[in-house]
This record gives sequence, C-alpha cells and structure tokens, in this order.
Amino acid sequence: MARYESLIDALGDTPLVGLPHLSPRWDGERPVRLWAKLEDRNPTGSIKDRAALAMVRAAEADGRLTPGCTILEPTSGNTGISLAMVAKLRGYGLVCVMPENTSIERRQLLEMFGARIIFSPAAGGSNQAVASAKELAAQNPDWVMLYQYGNAANAQAHYEGTGPELLRDLPSITHFVAGLGTTGTLMGTGRFLREKVPDVQIIAAEPRYGELVYGLRNIDEGFVPELYDDAVLTSRFSVTSYDALRRTRDLIEHEGIFAGISTGAILHAALGIADRVAGRDERADIAFVVADGGWKYLSTGAYSGSLQQAAEQLEGQLWA
Amino acid sequence: MAIEVKIPTILRTYTGGEKSVEAKGDTLAALIDDLDANHAGLKGRLLTDDGALHRFVNVYVNDEDVRFTGSLETALKDGDVVTVLPAVAGG
Repeated sequence: MARYESLIDALGDTPLVGLPHLSPRWDGERPVRLWAKLEDRNPTGSIKDRAALAMVRAAEADGRLTPGCTILEPTSGNTGISLAMVAKLRGYGLVCVMPENTSIERRQLLEMFGARIIFSPAAGGSNQAVASAKELAAQNPDWVMLYQYGNAANAQAHYEGTGPELLRDLPSITHFVAGLGTTGTLMGTGRFLREKVPDVQIIAAEPRYGELVYGLRNIDEGFVPELYDDAVLTSRFSVTSYDALRRTRDLIEHEGIFAGISTGAILHAALGIADRVAGRDERADIAFVVADGGWKYLSTGAYSGSLQQAAEQLEGQLWA
Repeated sequence: MAIEVKIPTILRTYTGGEKSVEAKGDTLAALIDDLDANHAGLKGRLLTDDGALHRFVNVYVNDEDVRFTGSLETALKDGDVVTVLPAVAGG
C-alpha cells in the first residue's frame, strides 16, 4: 500500500537497493554485498525527516510544544529543512541557527518553507551554531529548542524506524555504516541492530572539513553530542572532502544513484570495510545510508570539473 | 621509523606553526611522548592528567579513530599518517 493520509505519513519505509557494480563480490558462496538505504526518498529529501518529526511529536506529547509556539534549532541544513516542513504543517514558527558556510540551496529551501535563518560565523562550523542557539534560547525563554544533539527522540526515531526496516529487508545484515553528525542515526539504528543481530558491526563515517571549521579558540570548546555513546560503534573513520566527492561520483557512474556529498563519505567507509572482508574471503551484507540526494549541492561544484577542483571549492564549506 | 603527524591549527603554537611534523614510536603512546620531547607541552593538550585521550581530541591513524583500535596502545608502523583534530559538531 503506497497511499497516505498526508505527506508526514509517507515518512520512512525507504527502499534498500543493492550495488551490484561497486560491491566486491555480488554473487557466489561468500558474497560481499553493499546495500544503499535511500533516505533521500523521505518527504523533504533527507534522513533528518525521521528525527525532526519524532522530536516534534515528543515535545507535543510532553506539553513543551503548544499551538503557535516557535521552535529554535541549530542546524547545518537538513534538520532545519525537515523541521520547517513539519512546523509549517503543524502550525509552529521556526528559527534556524545555521553556519554561514552552507550551500545556497539550503537557505532557499528554509526560506521557502517559511523558516527564519540566523547565521552563525563560518569559523567554528556547527559548534558555533550550537553555541549561538544556546544563547538565543536563554534570551528567548518562550522559544522551544528541540536540540537534535541531545534529544533522545532523535535516536529513538532510528531505533523504531531505520533499524527495524533494515532488519526486515536484509535479515543477513553484517554491517551498518552511516554518517556521524548528531550521532542519532548510528546510536538508534546501532542499538536496535546490536540487540537483534549477533556480531553486527556498526561503523561511523565523519566528514573531515577544511581547517576553518576546526577553528576553535581552545580544545575545551570542542563538542561531543550528548547522544553519543562510543560503546555502540565498532569503528569510526574520518573521510576527506576529496574521498567523499570521489565516491559520490562513483555512485552516479556505476550505480546511477545521485546522492549528496556526505553519502560519498559513508560509501568510502563502507567500501573500505568491504575490501577488508573480501580480502579475508568472508561474506558480508553491508547496509549504508544515502542521507540525502545531490540536489542541494549542485551550486558547490561537487559534480563538475576535476575532483581536485571540486575538493578545493568545498574547502571551508560544511557539506554534511 | 618516521610517522607523519598532522597538527590542527589550534595546537600549532607547539610546533612553531608547522601543519605537519614527524615523530617516532611503535605505539600511539610512544609517539606522543616523542612528540612532546620535541614540542614541549603538546602531550598535556592531547591527554588528560589521568593519561587518557582528552574528550575533545580525536586522533586518527590512516583515517581510523584510535578509540576503536586500541586507543593509546594502537600500533604504528613506518609510513602511517596520524591526524589530530578537535571534536566538532555535525548535523
């Protein structure tokens, strides 16, 4: 059944598609297969729809959000766009605090959905957006900050949605690979899979940005999301813009999947793991997340020119 | 045994502004001791008083986070690249 009462009801239950060309061994007795979970098929085109709706529902249930309220959220883009859609349909205002070094498409989408954007300085990246949002929350006590980095409903959305969907569609799953931002996807899906699948490996891919983004004044200004628990993970990889772009293009070239840049980083980590397993002559079914489509990144030059040029253009941009 | 260590902007006051320095060591712990011998004070910024990795410091050997490969006991070999980065938010 693919009929729904409203757009919000169409969230989740995304397709899982095989990568027969990029997988090290698709057939045979010990296949090493890669599977892409197409989270760009969600209502606003990213995996963040899951967390946004879950956080709004939880805040409504506990009485923090009432009709006419204004929601405040620090976001590098996708969570803001998801919240903007949900806020519009449910009658809330939305103020997003977003680093100024994010793509123009994200701003346009947020404005189109009626969100107000407050820009935080490029230096310091999302850390600065989080700090600015916390100041704004203190100054505006009637605004409701859902705070994706520490909101249990974020991870719970994946524990109840992404995880069970994966196990239903791929009972032979051996590895799950996703991006590490708020850590909600990995914590929620990871906990669910660890309960159901003995020895499942949970692998994080995090973006490695240009130096500007790491421009803190001192180490104590660093940030680890409150949701993060490293006991859920098996390994964690840092992926450069160059490798992320290279894999984003591989995905189009070999499998026809037009994904955003963070998905390239996730695929890079997944392929690294796949090669290790194939080298040991073992079998594996590796599921990874396509966090969003490529549409919001066209203006960054990610899909044209040489890889080196594209990587240089991304320097200083937040692409995940 | 030479290992390249990439230093983040915030810690380059200890390396005379160098983005990347060479150091030696069979393990990450030994490498950090060697780094500190040539760039005094660096160890104190990477490790806590208890000798564990600072919560807001991430260290990667060939792009893999050492917290999942043995932490300070992670083995190193010639040609490895060690990257130090402060923990920052995503999302």
